[in-house]
Amino acid sequence: MRWQYPLLIVFLGGLFMAVQYFVPLEFSERIYEYALDWIIIVGVFTMCLGLWSLFRVSLAKIQTKAPAWGYNYITLAGLFAMLILGPAFGIEEGKPFMTLFWYIYTPIQASMFALLAFYIASAAYRAFRARTMIATILLVTATIIMLRLIPLGFLSGPNQWAVNWILTVPNMAAKRAIAMGIGLGGIATALKVVLGIERSYMGKD
Amino acid sequence: MGFYERLMTLDRRWVYLAMALSVAIPLFISFQVPPYITPEVKSVYDFVESLKQGDRLLLAIDYDPMGMAELHPMALTISRQCFAKGVKLFFVTLSQNAPGMCEQLVSKVSKEFNKKNGVDFVYLGYKPYPGLVILSMGQNFRISFPMDYYGTYVDSMPIMQGIRNYDDMKAVIAFESGWVADSWIADANGRYKISVGLGVTGVMAADYFPYVQSKQIFGLIGGLKGAAEYETLAKAKERSASRGMKVQTVTHAVVILFIIVGNIGFFMSKKRKGKTE
Repeated sequence: MRWQYPLLIVFLGGLFMAVQYFVPLEFSERIYEYALDWIIIVGVFTMCLGLWSLFRVSLAKIQTKAPAWGYNYITLAGLFAMLILGPAFGIEEGKPFMTLFWYIYTPIQASMFALLAFYIASAAYRAFRARTMIATILLVTATIIMLRLIPLGFLSGPNQWAVNWILTVPNMAAKRAIAMGIGLGGIATALKVVLGIERSYMGKD
Repeated sequence: MGFYERLMTLDRRWVYLAMALSVAIPLFISFQVPPYITPEVKSVYDFVESLKQGDRLLLAIDYDPMGMAELHPMALTISRQCFAKGVKLFFVTLSQNAPGMCEQLVSKVSKEFNKKNGVDFVYLGYKPYPGLVILSMGQNFRISFPMDYYGTYVDSMPIMQGIRNYDDMKAVIAFESGWVADSWIADANGRYKISVGLGVTGVMAADYFPYVQSKQIFGLIGGLKGAAEYETLAKAKERSASRGMKVQTVTHAVVILFIIVGNIGFFMSKKRKGKTE
């Protein structure tokens, strides 16, 4: 019986949301708005759960001296610094919270992303070899796309036309097929959750 | 090891060094990269140009510091263009790392044009779970944003008088570095039929072309190149994206060169192996 109440809630909630989408009455719109309010509140509590989980895992690694356990001190220090500084001093420009964001967090994130350029260059050098017909097509396509950023004089026009054709014909066909597959997969998964076939969210296989 | 085999198996540190030089050197050399204006970027520009004084536009700043180099210039240019035309802007952020950047953008641009918070623009702030927030804004902005980013109740603001949901907006232009773009298309445009324009990072641009063709989005600004195109169209005073294009052009040329070198090494060593066999 303990497992059946959550399944019933999920089933009724999923059914209501599906019916409400296709039959928007004033009465169902009010319940829908109320449900959105509640979902956001529940979502905020899951965030608290995530914070507690991060704290617990980091603490466990420090206590057991797991490999690279020193970095967990930095994780916890950063977590508590932002948690305390934000409410204590405010989050406007010039406050300690924003100073940490702009002078520590932003450069770190931007640098991590910038490193990708080097790895991509190295990977492109090693991977883009015309070993087979398919590899050659990939190589030529990638080169045409990259050339659109380089001024080629009178060749710029034909190159832009080729790039536009690649992006709007074969790329679009493939992306549409993938998107439809993802959509159908999403519908199947949602149906499984609503009908109680998929119960992993309850911690049960 | 022969010369061509060495060409094929160049130490990656040489590649990293070449990339570092190709990023650093163009910053000190002055040259222009003429932008080729694409129809997708022009669509966004034409839409914003068609807005009149008093029209309302929702700008979603949903990128984090990783996407800042590509997306901040386009967000700044569009915000300036809107303020210059007297368009009322509603800023919202759905990415947990975006509030700081949106606050900086809003402070900077509003000061330049002497725009008043609560009258000419409002910064609604950040709420988690983007899909839910997008759905709730379709019903009523106040479900997710009873107060703005600075803690002021939105009902006390003149700009929010008579504003309920997407029906009161001309469009949404969302600047995305993640999957939230799909929610804008599926939920905001799919369910609530609001026009959606996207500014995305370069790697994401190819994924969203199908939506331009199907008219689920009215325009797409892709990456630093798209931002540079928009700055050119808008005749922007600050052209950080256009300056960045110098670096991007040179680095792309270097990557293409390395690919050519690698393939020359591959074919020549293959030919040599064929001869010896």
